[in-house]
This record gives sequence, structure tokens and C-alpha cells, in this order.
Amino acid sequence: MLENISLAFQGIWGHKLRSFLTMLGIIIGIASIISIVSTIKGTNDQIKQNLIGAGTNAVKVQLYQGDGIFDVSYNTVPEGVNPISQETKEELEALEEVEKASLYTSRNYAGNVFHKNQAFTGTLLGIDTDYFDVYGYYVQVGRNFTEDDFTSFRKVAIVDRKAMTTLFSGDNPVGKTLEISGEPYLVVGMADQSSQFEPVINDPSDYNLYMNNSSGSVFIPGTTWPIVFQYDEPQTVALKASGTDAMTNAGKKAADILTEKLSASSDLKMSYKSEDLLEQAKQLQELSTSTNQQLIWIASISLLVGGIGVMNIMLVSVTERTSEIGLKKAIGARKSRILIQFLTEAAVLTSLGGLVGVGAGIVMAKVVSGVAGTPVAISAPATIIAVAFSMVIGLIFGLIPAVKASNLNPIEALRRE
Amino acid sequence: MILELKGIYKDYLQGKMVVSVLKDINLSVEEGDYIAIMGPSGSGKTTLMNLIGCLDVPTKGSYLLMGEDISKAGENKMAEIRNQSIGFVFQQFNLLPKLSALDNVALPLLYGGVNKSERRERAKAALEKVGLGDRLDFRPNQLSGGQCQRVAIARAIVGNPKLLLADEPTGALDSKSGEQVMELFQRLNDEGATIVMITHEQEIADYARTLYHIRDGVLQNGSRKGGSDE
Repeated sequence: MLENISLAFQGIWGHKLRSFLTMLGIIIGIASIISIVSTIKGTNDQIKQNLIGAGTNAVKVQLYQGDGIFDVSYNTVPEGVNPISQETKEELEALEEVEKASLYTSRNYAGNVFHKNQAFTGTLLGIDTDYFDVYGYYVQVGRNFTEDDFTSFRKVAIVDRKAMTTLFSGDNPVGKTLEISGEPYLVVGMADQSSQFEPVINDPSDYNLYMNNSSGSVFIPGTTWPIVFQYDEPQTVALKASGTDAMTNAGKKAADILTEKLSASSDLKMSYKSEDLLEQAKQLQELSTSTNQQLIWIASISLLVGGIGVMNIMLVSVTERTSEIGLKKAIGARKSRILIQFLTEAAVLTSLGGLVGVGAGIVMAKVVSGVAGTPVAISAPATIIAVAFSMVIGLIFGLIPAVKASNLNPIEALRRE
Repeated sequence: MILELKGIYKDYLQGKMVVSVLKDINLSVEEGDYIAIMGPSGSGKTTLMNLIGCLDVPTKGSYLLMGEDISKAGENKMAEIRNQSIGFVFQQFNLLPKLSALDNVALPLLYGGVNKSERRERAKAALEKVGLGDRLDFRPNQLSGGQCQRVAIARAIVGNPKLLLADEPTGALDSKSGEQVMELFQRLNDEGATIVMITHEQEIADYARTLYHIRDGVLQNGSRKGGSDE
């Protein structure tokens, strides 16, 4: 077998131009498929990353009324929805999929936060000590909240990098004062998420999808929340899942536990639900995959054409080498041997084409990505499958020439010189 | 008896006409014999050669090679016989142009399933035997016609076959190289090889011990060469 392969290489090398032209169809076909697959994978990776974020694996579990998120800004605190107890929190953290849980209250588009005359349109959050840990925040300037801030109900605040930009025009916010619902809050720190993750925005719809938090966040100790809002507002639970793949289950299990506690005390149509980012990502990925998959079929046609080209050249090669085949048969080569020799040649030819095609495809994908800005990720399994597939093409389209060669009558074959 | 042909017929279909190329051929060759079959072109001598060489099967009749009836053998069995028991020498040498002399000679051993180091060893020995021990890595296009034919003879003898078949072995050679090739055959015969040769040249046929004439598909009785060879 090894000998056959090395003979095949000699044959291919002996007819460089012809071999290259023969491989061209396969090269183009494989290259297009690889670049399409790379684009699909790149887009999918990007969607996942955009939604799931910088790998903090955080899952939000929120209170729902019917099918909608219960928004406390337009409602009073509902009867029977009790604050989540420390025991429940520990129960959540005991889940296999959960590393840490944080309880917080929040207002989106908080309209009552000002620095001097500058209004804030981002999110205001009343957090506990675990929140920064769950979302991967760390304090960059100033200090973090202390135990004392929580227990003494100190009116202190931490802003994130975006809020620093929108509220303080990028100046150091530490020591400045925010007005929240008329109460003065002293800014003690600026926190940032540990990985500088920014969603990749390719078009306006991406912007709406990912950039809902573009004005930043202001954090205050959760214990001071009732000073500016109401007592016992429903909390949102942020879970740090043990891994990206555990996110879905972590969210579901936590939501179940919380809903169970809720139905014991409330007869309202209230429940806790987790936002399933993985599921969301999957749906978006499917959409982008299905549009691109049609392209793969089109590219496959060029593989078919390439295969026919290989068959054509192999048939020519059989005719050219009639006397060689005859001689080999005369000195005792079996039919199967000739068959295998020609099949090997075809398979080596197309595999080589496949390899070159993979290389060309990767280059093509990178170039297209550079020019058009589409995301690209090279898929290792796809390249292996592509090369294996091109080998199979060689075997399929080499079969007819190989059978023809092996069926040559040695007498006829020897007579032709 | 190394080979025995009894009542062999070979018919070909030419258009709608059946043409008998060989008619009732009876031929026995003893081990160690050296026979020549002479005839003009179209006499059926090449067809007879193909039958003896197991490249073709007769339409009618029986062919015993070393006591084994192979007139009904299958394709793979025939390939095995060609590989193990018969050595071919063709007019046009039929060497593979891209292989070295050594690799050309080793080819039958490859098909016989001999391992690589032994193949090299035996091919080298065969080339030395035909006087080309210093041309192992030469390609056919780097060798003269006579040298090419000697490589082809090395290829024919590398598997130690019982029977050597030569089809016009000097047809493409000048007379001096032809003479060398014939001397080589003579020596191989002296060492015990059975040789069946086809030619249309009287001088070449004279090297053989027994001479047969074939004309219009009919084999005439052989004439034993008298003298010292007997």
C-alpha cells in the first residue's frame, strides 16, 4: 500500500501541470466549502460570545408575571412575594451547576439618578456582596463596598466604566456625589468587568440585540435600596454557573426552587424564570447556519465537477499506460492489484487537492473576513472531513477508470506499444 | 514433461466470421529443453506463445503445465502461474520507464509477495547474472537496447521460473547485442532453464535444440538439431 502511494506521488509529480489542473476542481470546491464553514462557525462563535459575554457564565433568574418580566417600576410590591431568604440562597449555591448566587434589585433606564445636571439613563442596581464576583467586576479606582457600608446603610455608590463616561465625562468619579431619588450618594469607586468584553456589532440589529446596557451601571448597597425605592422589592438572582454548558440547567433548577417557594406563599400568577442565553444563542446560530448551508450545497457542485475531471484524466491515464498495465499483468499482477493501484492514484490526487483546498479555503476565509468584516473561525473537524471527503471523491470517480484498467486484456495491452 | 498441449484450437471472431488462428496444436516440451517456434507473421505463433504463457485460454483442447491442467484456470490462478512459473521476455523489452533497473527486475517479486530486502537482494543477484551488476540504478532510457533486453531477462529469471518464454527477443536489437542476448539464453539453458522462443529469423532459431515451424495455425513436426547438443 505504501508503495502504491509513493508510486502515485511519483506519477503526480511526473505530470505536475496536468495533476494541478486535475486537482483544481477539487481545490476550488473544498476551498469554498472550508471558507463557508469557517464563516458559519465564526458567526456562531460570535453570536454565542455576544450573548453569553466574557465567559463569566452568569445566568439571571427573574420574577415573571405570566409571560412578562415583572417590572417593579410600574407596579407596587406584590402581595405574597417575599424577599429571598439567606437559606434559599444557600440552597441555590448548593446546586451542582451553581458556583455562586447573588441577589439584587435593579431599575433599567433609571431616570432619577443625576450628577449635577447630567441625567443617567443606564441601570441602577442594589447589590449584595457577591454581585461583583458573579459578573466578574473588579474595582479599578477607589474602593469596593465594605461590610460596614451594607450594615450601616451608607449611601455610597460605585459606577462602572461606561457610567463614568456618561455621568462624569470620563473624569475620576471617586469623591463626587450622585443624586439618587433626591438622596446624595458618595461615589467611592469605579468597577470594570475583568475581561474587557465588547459585543461585536456588525449591523444595527446586532446593536439592538446586544447593546441594551450602553449607558452603564451604577451600583449601590442593596441594603440602601429602600431609602430610594420601596421596601422588599422583588429581587433578581444572578447565578455564576460552573461552566458555559451548565448555564441552562443552573438557571432552570434555580428558577424551579424559587418558584416553588413563591407558590407556597403567593396565589398570584407569579413565577421565576431564567433567561436562557444558550437557547437564545442556539436559535440565532441556527438561523445563520441555515442561510449559509445552502451555499455549501452550491459549493458541492464544484466538487462533483472536480470529481468528473479526475475521472476524465484517470481514463486518459489508463489509455496512456495500457502497455504498462499489460506488462504488469503479464508478470503476475492480479486484477485487484491494478485496481488498487489506480484507485490509490485517484485518491492521492484528490486528497492532495483536498489538502491544498483546505489551505486555500482558510486563506480565502481570512481574506474575505478582512475585506467584508465577517467573523471567521477555522473548524478543525471540518478540515479533516473535507480532506477525507475529497479522498472519497477520488475513490468514487477513480472507480470506473480503475475497473477499466484492471479489466484490460494483457495481450491487447502488450500489443499496443 | 514441463508442458503439454493437446488438440489446442484457438478461434477469434472477426466481424461475424470465426477465424481459427490455431488448429489442433500438439506440443510437448521436456524440462531443460530449448525450443524455437518459427513462422511468418500471421502464422499464429504469437497466439501460441500467449497460450503457453497463460495470457490467454484456448477455445478447445487441454494444456498441462507441469502436470496441471490450466486450460480452465481462473484469472487469479493464471496470474499466479505467470508470476511463479513463467518468465517473459518481449521484443520491446517492456520495462517501466520510471523505475530503475533494479526496481524493474524486482517487480515480479513484489507481486509474488516477497519482502522488500529480499526483493532487492534477489533483483541484484539477477542483474549481476546478466552482467549488469554495475547498472542497478540506471533507468531504461539510460541503457542501450541490448542492456535493456538483459534487464528484461533478469526480470524474467528473478523468480526462478521453470519456463522462459521469449517473443522475438532480438527483434529490436542490432546483431551484436542480439548475439549477446542469445548467448545469455544459451547459458541459462545450460544451467537448466527450459526455454521456448518465437522468432522469424533462422539464425536466432539455430540457437535452439529443437525447431518447430508454424504455418497458418498448424504446427509442423519438430526437427531435432543433430550434433553435439544431443
